[in-house]
Amino acid sequence: MTQKNRLQSGGRIDRSKALTFTYNGKEYKGFEGDTLASAMLANGIDVIGRSFKYSRPRGIVAAGAEEPNAVMQLGATEATQVPNVRATQQELFDGLVSGATNGWPSVDNDLMGVVGKVGGKMMPPGFYYKTFMYPQSMWETYEKFIRKAAGLGRSSLENDPDSYEKINQHCDVLVVGAGPAGLTAALTAGRAGARVILADEQSEFGGSLLSSRETLDGAEASQWVEKVTAELAGMKEVMLLPRSTVNGYHDHNFLTIHQRNTDHISDKAPAGQARQTLHRVRAKWVVLATGAHERPLVYGNNDVPGCMIASAVSTYINRYGVVPGNELVVMTTNDGGYQAAFDWQDAGRKVVAIVDTRQNPQGAQVAEASKRGINLIKGSGVIDVAGSKRVTGVSIATLNAEGTAVQGSVTKLSADTVATSGGWSPVIHLAGHTGSRPVWDDKVVGFLPGPTVEKRLVAGAIAGDFTTAGALAQGAEAGRKALAELGLGQAEIELPATEEVVVHPPMTLFQIPHLKKTSEAPKQFVDYQNDVTAAGIELACREGFESIEHVKRYTALGFGTDQGKLGNIAGMAIAAKATGRTIPETGTTIFRPNYTPVTFGAMVGRDRGELFDPKRYTAMHKWHVENGALFEDVGQWKRPWYFPKAGETMQQSLDRECKATRESIGILDASTLGKIDIQGKDAREFLGRVYTNAWAKLAVGKCRYGLMCGEDGMVFDDGVTSCLGENHFVMTTTSGGAARVYEWLELYHQTEWPDLEVYFNTVTDHWSTMTISGPNARKLLQELTDYDVSKENLGFMDWREMKVAGVPARVFRISFTGELSFEINVQANFGLQVWEKLFEHGAKYNLTPYGTETMHILRAEKGFIIAGQDTDGSVHPYDLGMGWAVSQQKPFSFIGKRGMAREDCVRENRKQLVGLKTTDPTIVLPEGAQGVFDPKAPIPMPMVGHITSSYWSANLGHSIAMGLVKGGLDRMGEKVYYPLADGRVVEAEICSPIFLDPKGERQNV
Amino acid sequence: MLHIYCPHCCEYREEEEFHVKGQAHLARPLDPEACSDKEWGEYLYFRKNPRGLHHELWVHAAGCRKFFNVTRDTVSYEIKEVYLIGEKPSVVAASVSAK
Repeated sequence: MTQKNRLQSGGRIDRSKALTFTYNGKEYKGFEGDTLASAMLANGIDVIGRSFKYSRPRGIVAAGAEEPNAVMQLGATEATQVPNVRATQQELFDGLVSGATNGWPSVDNDLMGVVGKVGGKMMPPGFYYKTFMYPQSMWETYEKFIRKAAGLGRSSLENDPDSYEKINQHCDVLVVGAGPAGLTAALTAGRAGARVILADEQSEFGGSLLSSRETLDGAEASQWVEKVTAELAGMKEVMLLPRSTVNGYHDHNFLTIHQRNTDHISDKAPAGQARQTLHRVRAKWVVLATGAHERPLVYGNNDVPGCMIASAVSTYINRYGVVPGNELVVMTTNDGGYQAAFDWQDAGRKVVAIVDTRQNPQGAQVAEASKRGINLIKGSGVIDVAGSKRVTGVSIATLNAEGTAVQGSVTKLSADTVATSGGWSPVIHLAGHTGSRPVWDDKVVGFLPGPTVEKRLVAGAIAGDFTTAGALAQGAEAGRKALAELGLGQAEIELPATEEVVVHPPMTLFQIPHLKKTSEAPKQFVDYQNDVTAAGIELACREGFESIEHVKRYTALGFGTDQGKLGNIAGMAIAAKATGRTIPETGTTIFRPNYTPVTFGAMVGRDRGELFDPKRYTAMHKWHVENGALFEDVGQWKRPWYFPKAGETMQQSLDRECKATRESIGILDASTLGKIDIQGKDAREFLGRVYTNAWAKLAVGKCRYGLMCGEDGMVFDDGVTSCLGENHFVMTTTSGGAARVYEWLELYHQTEWPDLEVYFNTVTDHWSTMTISGPNARKLLQELTDYDVSKENLGFMDWREMKVAGVPARVFRISFTGELSFEINVQANFGLQVWEKLFEHGAKYNLTPYGTETMHILRAEKGFIIAGQDTDGSVHPYDLGMGWAVSQQKPFSFIGKRGMAREDCVRENRKQLVGLKTTDPTIVLPEGAQGVFDPKAPIPMPMVGHITSSYWSANLGHSIAMGLVKGGLDRMGEKVYYPLADGRVVEAEICSPIFLDPKGERQNV
Repeated sequence: MLHIYCPHCCEYREEEEFHVKGQAHLARPLDPEACSDKEWGEYLYFRKNPRGLHHELWVHAAGCRKFFNVTRDTVSYEIKEVYLIGEKPSVVAASVSAK
């Protein structure tokens, strides 16, 4: 197929480099330098999608980030599918495969369009809420219908084959946008030696100058751009980032830049290259030179393909050598629109008319139009267009001076393209991201960036000056200002000479009136991507939605992947008019990051797979892996869960591990327990304040279990603390609670009791901890040490320093299983060696490794709690039946003491932790099951507490459980019933949570 | 993401290195036993939620592990000052509104 709309010469494309691309399964040709959009227009592709609600054919409207319609599905393979790519920003490459994101069965022949026509009334604003609400059972059907209709694109079903990067950057000045203003700002700052980052979303720097026919210093503007870019490229402190969109402006000048490294080469990055990079920039100063977007006018059937914004028409002609039609009508409220007609005429195609809404426009552009013999229709507007898949004609009517009503008769003209200009909206999105509200300017006819606390400057069109001369000067001024603020000296640059332009003031007009009132006129689209019409906004206002934020959410104005870049301002103006307010009174909706969509790949970077989250391994991890352990995540730790043998079910493994431990000896890798080294002359006093029990008399060589509570009196951690020396202790915490407890200790020391001389250091990773438990534990330990570990010399709750397997060790005789148990701590780098030595000697005792699951069962058999499992922040020590661990005699009011004395904490009938024995001993209650006293009570049954721990105990031959029960400690022997989700009601008897060896004889040997 | 000056490290660091610990200047009553349930409840649970200046306690958790105070505007997120534990803020709501 020929490129019927391609000019023979001109533009920034390379006609010697033809590229082949596919759209909806059909091959086309374009050139290097094209965007997908310009190549499609060159090939005369009119319909590039179907609209969201009404399924109307849509064409390309714009030439940049603001494009609402040309949102494509890209990717040659399943793995490289990318949804919602703006064709106007996608550079063409050879072999590019694209498709429309919607349209069923195809965009040219769409069945949904029938629904849209017939059922248009079915989809008023708020149609989400009105139409698809009832019956609820139909929602799944509705959802499919909406999704299919909505054209949201689709993501790949396979893994992304590309890699992505994130880079942290710091700079003196970040310049956003490399148009005339951005270039002079960067050049000024760069010449003074400042560290500058200049980022622009386009493939080349130059911004508006790339598609302009203005001259600079009497030559093509692009020559000046090349000169400046070359100078910047030679500065070693300046980083140039083309194809890089600054998408987010976050607090304290933190900005994110989404750089597309290879999307212009292929849909998959070449080997060894990151497809995209996310730059996370902390900038001392930011210069926003983001330019402006032209606003289309709102008129009848303004969404028919062929309706475009005027500047986009110029861009396609001047930059890409593409004339997107044959017969052009321009409608404009300002001088800017005229250029499209001149460019069109110079390209050799027919300009039907320029329709200027102003009554009596003057100035250079008007003169030029008449010199060119163009039919200039003043004080008029295009009120309607004919055609469905392409414009075939326009209806033009005379307007009153305010542009609010049609006067006189309607003229019909033949045309296939309508280019409109409703003025320019400064691109203020980034300026609003940190909360600054935009300010309306009547002269600019647009919102300008409002005041900010950020160190931010604006220059050029974003500041409301739409001339090239203004942009150049403001950019240089911003550069100088940033340098002065930074104390980086001064720099001057010579500004190029620009052409003088005499401008006639623009008219403030957004919506072209129709003969009929808006609600009855042909559809006048405001937001193309969401099919929001002027009538829809008026209706929303009539229905009582006054706040612009509510109008937005009710109509979907400004939703979607384009976030209303094209239509928002017109929509706000229409809402303002409908509610009888001014535009500043109506205000804007809040701008939030990101400016344009960012791929998840870029956000994730390398933080995926293995690198998603840091993993912590104990020194014995390799052994666990080699011995078949399955692992459980405990915080970031990988802990052995259990060690299955061939052919075993999980329960069989657990039964074997539990029995082996109680019958002979089991071993647990307990290295992950949090360990905090505490030193200082007031260490003991400090412990007494943060633990509920007494520490004043704990002698060197002794260990003690402690409960830690919050100021509310509720348990939040527990563990054993040992006295290493008069002023030296080591505290253990739960594996998951280590960091929290450590910060807790520091908080109280630094903010409440800085007078106490005490120091904390986290030593969790310094030690490998292996716990041997069982009747043969002492025999095994004795084989590996010369130290006498007899009952007399190393009693229960004692610790000693000794050598184990030739390595210095701290051995704690403490027990979480209720068995004779030793916790052997060695320097972490000796851990594996000692662990293996234990197995060498332990084989004859059937030394059995066990993991967290068996640990949980063994401790539950003894009724030992796990903080965070049997407690949930609403349980105090007395609720746990652990009043023995609270010393009310301590002189200092320890943390938790006052809290647990509150009225609610001492009342009757609190939920208390008890043991529960199911009447049928084979049933293992699910953890979390809710108990009731009367299983026949009407629903909702009064619930009396839940199961916190529940296991099968192989040692006891029946299930065991712990749970909270209202008033449980006074209800021993009573029944509780657990109605389960499957309909069963399980009966259980309240008992002591100590199921095994209530006198503790097994550990006191 | 905030950029926070740690008064102990004497450097600006990224917010990721810090934990916020809520309202600053909440002194633990010296004699908790003398507090009524209401007084203790206020110490435990009642916090300011101002629109504007807020004095907050932060800790340089992934840094020097020291606590310090921050005066921050909850609207603009501007940090007006950082100061050490035990010091009083020099920027307070009254002084700002007087300007």
